[in-house]
Amino acid sequence: MRLKRDKLMPILFIMPSVITVGVFVYGFISWTGFISFTKWNDVLPNYTLIGFENYRKLFANMRFQIDLRNTLVFTVIFVISCLLIGLLLAIFLDQKIKSEGIFRNLFLLPMAISFVVSGVIWRWLFNPGSIQLGNIGVNQLFEKLGLNFLTCGWYTDPKIGIIAVAIAAIWQFSGYTMALYLAGLRGIPIELREASAIDGADKWQIFYYIIFPLLRPITFGAIIILGHISLKIFDLVVAMTGSGPAFSCDVPALFMYDTTFRGNHFAQGASIAIILLLLISLLIIPYLISTFRKEA
Amino acid sequence: MLRKLLTALVLVSMVAVFFALPVLAESLSGKVEVNSWWTAGGEAEGLNALIKIYESKYPDVEFINATVAGGAGTNAKAVFKTRMLGGDPPDTFQVHAGHELIDTWVVPGYVQPLTDLYKSEGWTNSMPQGVLDIVSYQGDYWSVPVNIHRSNVLWFNKTIFTKYEITPPSNFDQFFEVCDKLKAKGIVPFVMGTKEGWEAGHVFESVLLGKLGADDYKGLWTGEVKWSDPRVTDALETFAKIASYLNTDHSALTWDEAGQYLLKDKGAMMIMGDWTNGWFMSVGFEDYGWAPSPNTAGIFLALSDSFALPKGCKNQENVVAWLKVLGSKEGQYGFNKAKGSIPARTDVDISDYNDYLKSAAKDWQKDAISPSVVHGAAASEGWSTEYKDIISLFVSKPDVSYAQKALITAAEEYLKK
Repeated sequence: MRLKRDKLMPILFIMPSVITVGVFVYGFISWTGFISFTKWNDVLPNYTLIGFENYRKLFANMRFQIDLRNTLVFTVIFVISCLLIGLLLAIFLDQKIKSEGIFRNLFLLPMAISFVVSGVIWRWLFNPGSIQLGNIGVNQLFEKLGLNFLTCGWYTDPKIGIIAVAIAAIWQFSGYTMALYLAGLRGIPIELREASAIDGADKWQIFYYIIFPLLRPITFGAIIILGHISLKIFDLVVAMTGSGPAFSCDVPALFMYDTTFRGNHFAQGASIAIILLLLISLLIIPYLISTFRKEA
Repeated sequence: MLRKLLTALVLVSMVAVFFALPVLAESLSGKVEVNSWWTAGGEAEGLNALIKIYESKYPDVEFINATVAGGAGTNAKAVFKTRMLGGDPPDTFQVHAGHELIDTWVVPGYVQPLTDLYKSEGWTNSMPQGVLDIVSYQGDYWSVPVNIHRSNVLWFNKTIFTKYEITPPSNFDQFFEVCDKLKAKGIVPFVMGTKEGWEAGHVFESVLLGKLGADDYKGLWTGEVKWSDPRVTDALETFAKIASYLNTDHSALTWDEAGQYLLKDKGAMMIMGDWTNGWFMSVGFEDYGWAPSPNTAGIFLALSDSFALPKGCKNQENVVAWLKVLGSKEGQYGFNKAKGSIPARTDVDISDYNDYLKSAAKDWQKDAISPSVVHGAAASEGWSTEYKDIISLFVSKPDVSYAQKALITAAEEYLKK
């Protein structure tokens, strides 16, 4: 009897959250999945199943093709830059400098700001200028420094639009990556470095053969976190640029909002959601598998 | 102490009931919730003019001004749609008259017919046929239009035109002559802002209208004229040529930011809806002239904001009273004066409106009326969204055959429905 209750109680306690998550997360994911196979591309719900028709149309849609390319460019630039800048900052901070706390918080601060706020600020900074005001923001800075060749249209230039958005996102998240790496660096026992130093390794060799391999799990985790942020990015783009000229700043999430609520294509919106989910699972599933392996 | 308080309370409530009763007996009370996307400048002032009239007539109704910000109503529409589909409709909501109203709300059965109201208020006589057409479906009327805007207007800077002795071009050949002449003088011939994605589609609908004429333009949206028509190709080629005369920073600017070129005498012409007139007034610019966009004299490309009555709204009587205010002479006069548009009714005295509005009102009475597509009158929201995307891409990548193919595919898909 006693044993039974011991087993029952935890189950009872966990049930509410299991049920809520089951309905509101997995239930709605399945519902979205179902909608994506229906004909509901008008205001009135229409649950006639049409197979993969919505997906076929989506991949033939020029806006979606541009979106996928933008997502790829954005993800690659965003993740790699965040990792490099984050690691660099963490190594600097790890040099036992004075008032490390101040710098640490300074670098972390951007993450505390909402995407909408930083989106608006970066829109001002990257403003291409106008006939009334001349160069403003970053372009003005370049002009004052005599670096006129660097001024450009930023998010209004179809060729580099998405990169301007990526810069804003990098600004926001490299501090966070730094915190991850800093925690990783502090977790490496000092004995290992000392031992290798005694064995005659120079600074660079210590980094290359000792520290980087030990930071690998951190890098892996950071890629997962940054990658899923970049795939679901929406608010930053909306606040900063919108779709941009020729959809150069457009992302799938923005297209999903537009097509669902402006165009009433509910089924098409659902299929974009499912594709985003699949893309994110490409990142998350290997991570989950490796975590399970470690725990087993 | 407590007893005193209680006595006072009883007395106060008795007095209150005494005064409240006659009011309750003869007028409305409760709430009315009006959803719109009028949050900025003249629009908000127009809405406030209407609210003032309503509140003076029905002082006991609590007016809830539920506006949702966002250009062309994108965000507002997302909110209405969620509420309508979820079975919690607002009392009334703003909607573009035409296909946006009919295809999105009337055909699926979300709104109530207003035919009785039209008859009792005499609107069937005071509004022109062109307006009645775009708010009706299967013999019933479905929303109350408050204003009319014209889409096909060519605005120009008078100083520049006088200086170089230019007369407003009435067809495309003249238009391009003017463009070449101005370009040689270092002036931006034609300005456009394409930041929000709909502006290029707006200019292109005027080009289409100029190339096809009122009837065949309308035919594009009803399926009587095919999008593979050579005149559509011609319109796309013409539009690509227009795009070659543009200000280079168009993708960074909204339409009014682009209008700054006209204000500074640095740009000569732009095609934009006649809210431009209200904007010129608000920035104190008077040196402008207007003409129908090339080849569209005698055609009025129209759009109209209207309000519909959802099924299952909670304050039916109060909303009907609001709709009456919208359709009244007084309401239409006050709203349109502030917003800078013309009344949908043709019997409103607008002698103190500005010159542009007076001329627009005159054209409105005699011109052929065509529906605007970017502003919801000519096609369903799905179709007009796709049209807008295609043209928006076309400005940066002017590939005529690709764009026409995309337009044909979109038309096939939406005409099938």
